[in-house]
Amino acid sequence: MADLLTNAAAEQAQIGPGGLFMATLRRDLLLSLRRKSELVNPLIFFLMVITLFPLGVSPEPGFLAQLAPGALWVAALLATLLSMDALFRTDYDDGSLEQLLLSPQPLFIVVLAKVLAHWMLSGLALTLVAPVIAVMLFLPAEGMPGLMLSLLIGTPTLSLVGAIGAALTVGLKRGGVLISLLVLPLYIPVLIFGTSAVQAAVTGLPLGGYLALLGALLALGLALAPLAIGAALRISVSG
Amino acid sequence: MSDKKWMPRWFYQLASPRWCYQICGKLLPWFTALALGLLIGGTIWALVFAPADYQQGNSFRIIYLHVPSAILAQSCYMLMAIAGAIGLIWKMKVADMVAKSCAPIGASLAVLALLTGAIWGKPTWGSWWVWDARLTSMLILFFLYLGVMALNSAIESESTAAQATAVLALVGLVNIPIIKYSVEWWNTLHQPATFKLTEKPAMPVEMWLPLLVMVIGFYAFFAVTLMMRLRNEILRRERRAGWVKELLLSKSAV
Repeated sequence: MADLLTNAAAEQAQIGPGGLFMATLRRDLLLSLRRKSELVNPLIFFLMVITLFPLGVSPEPGFLAQLAPGALWVAALLATLLSMDALFRTDYDDGSLEQLLLSPQPLFIVVLAKVLAHWMLSGLALTLVAPVIAVMLFLPAEGMPGLMLSLLIGTPTLSLVGAIGAALTVGLKRGGVLISLLVLPLYIPVLIFGTSAVQAAVTGLPLGGYLALLGALLALGLALAPLAIGAALRISVSG
Repeated sequence: MSDKKWMPRWFYQLASPRWCYQICGKLLPWFTALALGLLIGGTIWALVFAPADYQQGNSFRIIYLHVPSAILAQSCYMLMAIAGAIGLIWKMKVADMVAKSCAPIGASLAVLALLTGAIWGKPTWGSWWVWDARLTSMLILFFLYLGVMALNSAIESESTAAQATAVLALVGLVNIPIIKYSVEWWNTLHQPATFKLTEKPAMPVEMWLPLLVMVIGFYAFFAVTLMMRLRNEILRRERRAGWVKELLLSKSAV
């Protein structure tokens, strides 16, 4: 990481975009993996929220199966949102975010790598855990591929959009609640298409269309969100 | 470097808070008269002279409030995002102030649209709230306004707050069509026609003409409130500038 931060070293190392991406990704993953307790927090949160549904609504299997697609997606969305605040927080606190912004490297790639690292430890982990939790909600087995595929394609978009909120609020002392206010309305399309994909899978309808829409949202997010995140970071850090 | 001016001069003049304050002050009486005339005339026309709907009777008349406020809530978001973009690109203080003044007006218009929609929904659909695509997307628009306002008030530095909200407003602007269409698809998926918005493809002239008057009246009213808020905001932010002190002294001397 140190060689990313200074001009001279970067020129010597001749680091390309791919190298920059991998270096940032490796650094972020390494840092996150060293705080293992924080790592499992979104997963525990996911499990707890899911537990609330049978308790709060009804433990009847048929009813829960009907509720499952929406409940799983809402819980995954909230779990992602919960972990969002930490995305730039530590880097902001120890000053390395400022150094990243000052470095001659393209911010687009750095931001993309950071979001990917975040997604691998939140969205991807949620995707892998989701089938187990879906069984607890009596989601029929036919719905599992739809659930996993929609979460796999949908959660990166959640991370990308959430990162905009995180970048806008990183300079504030308490950004947590504010992020939810900013980001939740923007999550609605992903929620709609994700839930629809699971429901289509459960009823045996083709789910290609929903996955394609989720993919389109992801493509749009990949192209545009890093620009907004970069701009937001510059505003937050300079202000 | 070519120093060619491709933007008209008034655009740069608007960037001066003082000039903008004065031009708003000159325009304000005209727009107030226009708004009052159109709104009063339009309301009387709509409530008294427009024919009653053959299905909904007189309850349909609330569209003369509902439709303009819904249209304006959306236009206001657009204006807020565009003003925010101008503020980001040209670093214009006045554009930032316009964006900031837009948010509360837009939010209250969205509330008005939702409330009138609910009041209309009770006799028409039999319930105060239906998860209809249009109602839902208006509610989400209201949430977007709330987010913008919350972010603006959370950041202490005014220029940082303006830039951050501009970014958020632009992100929202990209998202509004996506949200709109996704909500429409969601609704058609989940609720196959439990009710029908009474579709009137060919509204008679006597009905839509007062509506048009009301829409234009609402735009004029929006311009009035925006200019009043903008003038307040200019005075508040420029309170240390010499011309504001002179202005205040001359007012208090009278």
